[in-house]
Amino acid sequence: MNFANLLDNYEEAVAMVLFVVGFSNLLLQPNLIKKIIGMNIMDTAVYLFLALKGYIEGHKAPIVVDGVQSVDAYVNPIPSGLVLTGIVVSVSVSALMLSLTIRLYRRYHTLNLDEISTRLKKEDL
Amino acid sequence: MEFVQNFPFITIILALFSGPLCSILKRRAAKWVNTVMICLVLGMSVATLLFTLQTGEAYVYQMGHFSAPWGNEIRVGVLEAFMAVFFSVIMLLCMLGGRRELAEEVEETKQNLYYVMVGLLLSSLLALIYTNDLFTAYVFVEINTISACGLIMIRQNGRAVEAATRYMIMSLLGSGLFLMGICYLYDLTGHLLMSNIKEQVALLAASGEYHIPLLISITLMSVGLAIKSALFPFHSWVPDAYGYSTLSSAAILSSLVSKGYIFLVVKIFYRVIGFDVIRESKVINVLFVFGVLGMIFGSINAIRENNIRRMIAWSSVAQIGYIYMGFGLGTTAGITASLFHILSHASTKSLLFVSASGLTDVSHDDTDFFELTGAGYRNRIAGVAFTVGSLSMVGIPLFSGFISKVLFASAAYDTSGKVIPAMIALALSTLLNAIYFMKTVIRIYTPPYRANLTTDTRVIAMSEQPQTAVVLMLFIALNLILGLGSQPIVNMLTQGLGMFG
Repeated sequence: MNFANLLDNYEEAVAMVLFVVGFSNLLLQPNLIKKIIGMNIMDTAVYLFLALKGYIEGHKAPIVVDGVQSVDAYVNPIPSGLVLTGIVVSVSVSALMLSLTIRLYRRYHTLNLDEISTRLKKEDL
Repeated sequence: MEFVQNFPFITIILALFSGPLCSILKRRAAKWVNTVMICLVLGMSVATLLFTLQTGEAYVYQMGHFSAPWGNEIRVGVLEAFMAVFFSVIMLLCMLGGRRELAEEVEETKQNLYYVMVGLLLSSLLALIYTNDLFTAYVFVEINTISACGLIMIRQNGRAVEAATRYMIMSLLGSGLFLMGICYLYDLTGHLLMSNIKEQVALLAASGEYHIPLLISITLMSVGLAIKSALFPFHSWVPDAYGYSTLSSAAILSSLVSKGYIFLVVKIFYRVIGFDVIRESKVINVLFVFGVLGMIFGSINAIRENNIRRMIAWSSVAQIGYIYMGFGLGTTAGITASLFHILSHASTKSLLFVSASGLTDVSHDDTDFFELTGAGYRNRIAGVAFTVGSLSMVGIPLFSGFISKVLFASAAYDTSGKVIPAMIALALSTLLNAIYFMKTVIRIYTPPYRANLTTDTRVIAMSEQPQTAVVLMLFIALNLILGLGSQPIVNMLTQGLGMFG
């Protein structure tokens, strides 16, 4: 293992750690709100990773000022575009999840998904 | 450029915009707009299929003003057009077959929203079929998930909302992994268009550089889509989501939504990564193992289930296992078999859902097994249709399931190491399928007086529900067409797969 590479790319490593934190929260937390927070951490980690991939040290945002059109002046704009699209997706998904949570909370007065399941089995609809 | 070449794009847009239109119309009008939209999509897809068959090659349709490495594009070949035709046929039949249940089970004010969801779902399926851009595929995967969640939760009892929540959670885990995989791949290759990525991946594979990141990217994308399409260890949401949603939703979810993701997997294998690299990567072996396990465990759980809707749902888990086992074989014949099984499963499973609902209608609306005794006499067409579906799932000649089993077996025969496990799994799972499906068929044809049941249940004659009867007959016909006329279809799939990469 070459740990020097890991240190060089520590930002990406952080993004990966955040991704795993979010992923395991979404998977393992019984509380619905914590699940949604986990999902947001996971998505944000992906955006961090993407933004890092588009960033080039010392380059500026790709808006042409003073007629400078050289490639060396600007960062890669595509990852930023992807991040924007991704944010739109994750906002709508969070909204949907929150609305589902509200539905379940109004009916069962708990946010614990496991408890809701046990209660549903007792109800036997 | 000929006018027909615009049709794939027009079908996507038509389906997308029919949704908002349905939300402002009156209920009857929305119903008609939806049906007409699906018919139009079907017609245009048939025209596209004929066009691609005639020219014999795939064409690229540029979206917007930027050309290849930068812009977005869709790519249309025989396979894509055929899938679009098939998906719209199944969608049409599912909607017609479930219309009565929709009116009964869903609040009147919410029914328009159902058509919005169906429009979005069809549009995202078509986009997944046609797109040539990986990030566009991700966006439409999410649209597909959101509209599928809407389809589950439209029936607003606690069970359906809980099922929708569980479905969303699993799907979000899947799409998180898939997105991460795409980001890795973009980082490695610098492209988002599938054909460009493939060129770069071939260079990477040849030079041996970045072997591990490439492997991780392939794994993340495959696992993400496997979670979303309910491959065996990730299937926990399936029985609830299919068992407690309204009839059309269950039929559409099992036969179309999961198949859209599976088609994307084929696309990633062939067009994004390249099949040789995939074979080298050994990811397919993992898919093979999980597919085989799914075939067995899905069937065992189906045997233990006493609720007919949930039994059919468990059977779906087993059938998804078949499809991934076909991927795992690692040959083009295996992929062709999987593609045929997509068709066969989609037509059979929606037939089973619609006919099972016909049977429970004449059994006090109870999905419990015991109540179904003699239901085949009380609703004859549903009984016949359920029997046909069961025979097809078990793999009796004449029906489509038999052909897909033959294709799987002959594909497995050509591989070196996987022939014995694949054959054993096929044999075992056929046996298990036979146990639970034949058990149900015998149950619905047991005369009620033998089981000491009271006979105050209602009887539905065919003329009472002509629409359902026609839909069931069309499903049976589709099954027989796939079973008896399989050779031209398999040829078309092989030809399509040839121009797919």
